[in-house]
Amino acid sequence: MSAGGIIPRKTFQDAAHETLSNAQMRRNLQHATTTIRDKRLRAVSELPDWEELRTQGAAVKDHALAHLGDYLLDLEAAVQRAGGQVHWARDAAEAREIIGSIAEGHGVREVIKVKSITTDEIELNGGLSERGIHAIETDLAELIVQLAEDRPSHILVPAIHRNRAEIRDLFRRKLGADLLTDEPKQLADAARLYLREKFLSTKVAVSGANFAIAESGTVCVVESEGNGRMCVTMPEVLISVMGIEKVLPTWQDVAVFLQLLPRSSTAERMNPYNSFWSGVREGDGPQEFHLVLLDNGRTDVLADEVGRQTLRCIRCSACLNVCPVYERAGGHAYGSVYPGPIGAILTPQLLHLEDKNANTLPWASSLCGACYDACPVKINIPEVLLYLRGKITEEKPLNAEAIAFRTAAWVMSEPHRFEGAIKLARTGQGPLVKQGAIHTLPGMLGGWTDTRDLPPLAAQSFREWWRKRPAPPTRETDGDAQLSEGELLGPQRTDDRGPV
Amino acid sequence: MNGGAKLDILTRINRTHARQQEPFARVPVRPSARPHAEVVEQFAEFAAEYRANVVRVDAGRLPEAIRAALLVHGNERAVVPHDLPEEWLPAGLAVTRDITGVTDLTPFQAVITGAAVAIAESGTVVLDHGPGQGRRALTLVPDHHLCVVREMQVVDSLPEAVARLRESVLAGQPLTWISGPSATSDIELSRVEGVHGPRVLDILLVQEDTHATS
Ligand code: SF4
Repeated sequence: MSAGGIIPRKTFQDAAHETLSNAQMRRNLQHATTTIRDKRLRAVSELPDWEELRTQGAAVKDHALAHLGDYLLDLEAAVQRAGGQVHWARDAAEAREIIGSIAEGHGVREVIKVKSITTDEIELNGGLSERGIHAIETDLAELIVQLAEDRPSHILVPAIHRNRAEIRDLFRRKLGADLLTDEPKQLADAARLYLREKFLSTKVAVSGANFAIAESGTVCVVESEGNGRMCVTMPEVLISVMGIEKVLPTWQDVAVFLQLLPRSSTAERMNPYNSFWSGVREGDGPQEFHLVLLDNGRTDVLADEVGRQTLRCIRCSACLNVCPVYERAGGHAYGSVYPGPIGAILTPQLLHLEDKNANTLPWASSLCGACYDACPVKINIPEVLLYLRGKITEEKPLNAEAIAFRTAAWVMSEPHRFEGAIKLARTGQGPLVKQGAIHTLPGMLGGWTDTRDLPPLAAQSFREWWRKRPAPPTRETDGDAQLSEGELLGPQRTDDRGPV
Repeated sequence: MNGGAKLDILTRINRTHARQQEPFARVPVRPSARPHAEVVEQFAEFAAEYRANVVRVDAGRLPEAIRAALLVHGNERAVVPHDLPEEWLPAGLAVTRDITGVTDLTPFQAVITGAAVAIAESGTVVLDHGPGQGRRALTLVPDHHLCVVREMQVVDSLPEAVARLRESVLAGQPLTWISGPSATSDIELSRVEGVHGPRVLDILLVQEDTHATS
């Protein structure tokens, strides 16, 4: 079942041990993340005011969050004015109940779905199937994941861990498709054939929402295949579910996010389709519209001054693609529908720092800071990671790692202590280094090396090298020359470009 | 029960004391500083990079261009919005005018519509489903979309486009933003066009007589 929920069944370290042994997945992921990463840099460099846009994105979101209650009420009123209905759900179970009973009220056995992480978060598919209603995923990748009874491994390209031969076998088995080759074109055609009939005959659709605009009651879905347009246009009834943090105050604010989102996520100037609708419109599209506003832990995240910034997230997945830990461990290791750096901070917070598996996620990071640099709404992920680590270890009785962290914090807070400690460690590490790495640390520090190898300390520290380094040669153009010349942007759409 | 959920959620929000004091200023829309011809040129280029077929055409020759575009794909059965300007259509072309909710769209191979705004920054056309654009299903079900864009409808930046669309949105009209034909890269990141939406997008970029080239 693709609807995986957010509660990890294992610690990150245990789950990562398993995923690390899946070489195919690692290869696919590495290809995907590096491809998207490179293209993204080009797409971003095209907008001269990118940094200003990021600042605006963060500011609009902070403002919306600061007045969240007001904007949600405005949104509700506007949707109702436009002929839609609004429902509030405290948690996943309540949201499932609302959506399930609307669908049941229309007597349907099947609903069609647009890819939506929020519906995965609330495990909607499972909830519907308890009522005998089958939810059909219409996004190609989600369909693959669903047919394989698998879990998505990436926010944007959920089936990136599967290759074409696997997909062909799956379509043959599950859709009875007559497939001669495993050409992506043929596979996509098979999905088109199967889904076209569903789009034209299914009465109820469920979607997520990328944004919702308080002043006009407008909901937006961003996609590329046209399945989103099909779902929000063709059925008689449309139910959209969104986290309460998705609200934007005004229509004008959309401009900021439609610049930030596609370039950050698929490295495109724009994704192929955006659909906007406000309530219902006579003679065009569904004549019944429901908007479900979901809390499910978000108000607790909002209450936390440091953690609050997490709610700015627009789910672009840029932080996943730059994360060295995600690239190797893969999405499944995070055990939740929210993988990667954003998952490492969002999942434990949504679960109120109570889940013992989710509480290992803030350690799923090297703290390299790449996620912060990539984030279009400037979420300081490393800051939140460290903050959560502190909160989690504070609550636990002092174990080896907690002591190590406190000691490390004390040592690192003063440069002379740090340098002294490094010198001491360098002379002490001799017997521990085997094949260029330290595999186990003695005593209290063993908890650290249980799950990772430690590189041995360098013979010379950076600080020592810096003090003794020769004066740098003076070259005026170094670095700048590349920037000012700029790179000619090739066509955005070549066959090997990033996903859409 | 649901009224209870609303009250609960709003109460929780109020208790968070998340209200910030600093005033918040939106960046105003910066009008384009470039000659409009350049903006139009960039739109044509970026839309083409999205694998839309962009044809620049004089207003008087639009019907001819439409006929030619239909012929390339051998498409004969075209549907159009009920209020598409008659003068756009080539003489003798049999088209069906859409009657909302009654016409079954599956037999149609092509659809011809206008647009509301086009955006140079991203190569996007936007339909607000106002006059000459029809209901949303119209440009979704047929496999070939011919979209007529007048040069004056092209704006430079996304914020400009959003500003132009404000009135439609506040009036409750839906919007469809289209950048190239539909596409997926879900299978090993290989690009495949036309999964569910139209596989072919033709943009007929109309140069109006009043608008001299600069
Ligand atoms: S945290 Fe930032 S980079 Fe990561 S998905 Fe959210 S918005 Fe994108």
